[in-house]
Amino acid sequence: MAEASLEGERGFAKSERGKWPDGGVTRVPFWVYSDEEIYRREQDHVFGGANWNYVALEAEIPNGGDFVRSWVGDKPVVVTRDAEGGVNVFANSCAHRGVAFCRHNRGNTDLFTCPYHQWSYDLKGRVTGIPFRRGYKGKGGMGKDFSLEGRGATPLAVAVRNGVIFAAFDHVAEAFEDYLGPKMLGYFDRVFDGRPLKVLGYLKQRIDCNWKLMFENIKDPYHASVLHVFLITFGLFRMDQESAVEMDETGRHGALISRRGAEADAEASREMSNNLRVDFSLRDPRLLDIAREYPGDATVVMQTIWPNVIVQQQSNTLAMRHMVPRGPHAFDLNWTFFGYADDTPEMTQRRVRQANLMGPAGLVSVDDSEVLVMSQDGLVPYPDSEAVVEMGGKEVADAPHMITEVAIRGFYSHYKKVMGL
Amino acid sequence: MTVMEKSILGPVLETRLALEDLNARYAAALDDGEYDAWPSFFTDDGLYRLVPKENQDLGLPIAALHCEGRLMLEDRVTAVKETTMARPRELRRFVTQPRVLSMDGSEIVAQANVLLVETLLDQMTKIVLVGRFLDRITREGERLLFRERICVYDSLHIPNSLVEPV
Ligand SMILES: [Fe+2]
Repeated sequence: MAEASLEGERGFAKSERGKWPDGGVTRVPFWVYSDEEIYRREQDHVFGGANWNYVALEAEIPNGGDFVRSWVGDKPVVVTRDAEGGVNVFANSCAHRGVAFCRHNRGNTDLFTCPYHQWSYDLKGRVTGIPFRRGYKGKGGMGKDFSLEGRGATPLAVAVRNGVIFAAFDHVAEAFEDYLGPKMLGYFDRVFDGRPLKVLGYLKQRIDCNWKLMFENIKDPYHASVLHVFLITFGLFRMDQESAVEMDETGRHGALISRRGAEADAEASREMSNNLRVDFSLRDPRLLDIAREYPGDATVVMQTIWPNVIVQQQSNTLAMRHMVPRGPHAFDLNWTFFGYADDTPEMTQRRVRQANLMGPAGLVSVDDSEVLVMSQDGLVPYPDSEAVVEMGGKEVADAPHMITEVAIRGFYSHYKKVMGL
Repeated sequence: MTVMEKSILGPVLETRLALEDLNARYAAALDDGEYDAWPSFFTDDGLYRLVPKENQDLGLPIAALHCEGRLMLEDRVTAVKETTMARPRELRRFVTQPRVLSMDGSEIVAQANVLLVETLLDQMTKIVLVGRFLDRITREGERLLFRERICVYDSLHIPNSLVEPV
């Protein structure tokens, strides 16, 4: 009797873990952000398998022998340029005993040597040498049946498009172009139009929240018009600007597109008024001295490419935001800022100034990293509660406006499928 | 002490004390949330940058904070005070004794290590970043002002967010 009334007092729906709540993609159970088993399955089904993960820019490894360390999900990999000019990606995990043998972040070499037992690897990740393989004075060594053939650090499939490198563990992954779909490929090619890229620098932060919250954040234009006072105040993002949310067929990739709007609209201003500060103007306008550089009237395109990268084109600041999950409760956000090899010094300077908006100290992005941690703080203790994702309706279809959470629904419709939830 | 030593050490010691005082006032202003005072530590065209060591070593220009001139510093102050949404916290800066690399009539070149420590609600105090100030300082009348203050930080990953200048 006492137990029954206690049950009734809980006052929230108690969903069975692992069973998605009723309401389909208009609900997201909070346990997806904290459950260890979900995290492990994501490594296999979201980041592993036939999913094309961003790993690096070609501009980071221009010459034969160049390499960088990177990540596919939480798995360390090495990205190399071989002597023939090809791009290779392989596990940073020794075929012998698993040591993450590549310990420099970047460099140039013709050989990687695992420090533990000196097994050596070529630029394709193949084992080229094993000390004492034949033993010493007839004793020890590998058995006669041990062959070097096919030994190596696990190789990944590689796709390169217009200077951007993607990798997949499954070698029968569909062509990258098909994976993106025609619409998303169009937005991808808008920034990566074939011009050689130039890396301008890196910023890194570790955010104490589940990686999915970051992805959702860039699929959620609704928040930008109320949370980001800097964007609103200085006219970089407003609901009265012409805008759209678009997805691929599966819903896994998305793009938020904002176009330079007409005059500020009174109704939008009123809705945003909690946070709109009309009394501010920039003391130094050079911070937002924006130059048009793409055809068409889009000023901002933020593209999420399943499963691990956000392509940021906010005015003249361009960056890959690479997400590396670090357990259910944290992820690394690694920003690679870039421009084009033929940028003028003035354009580079513009990109450096506008980078003030982004990164761990960004005038805009700090709002996000802060609110994402606050999300995790509020979600984890309530695993049986669920998020409401009904802005803009319940459907999953492109929207010609920003007052919508449709791209989050798109994301979860694909997520549920691949995770078997 | 020889006459020679006296003439070298005198100005060097004086300069070091003046720099210690400058660094202490700078850190206290930010620690205490007196953000409006921050731009006044710089010359009108003063440059402030907060740069990961990785970028500095590779010669890459992107910085986590980049302010060219006092007006851009003031815009950062407006953002910190008025537009940023951040969890409440205490930030405290620890600046080591400055090392004077060179000085002449118009400019002092100096360096000092810096540690930034953060305390948030419900959490243990943690290190936000550790790095080094690379400073070029000039005298304007009675005051020492930063012509350049570049903080190069070793830390690779900033824990969550950096909500103020260092
Ligand atoms: Fe945001």
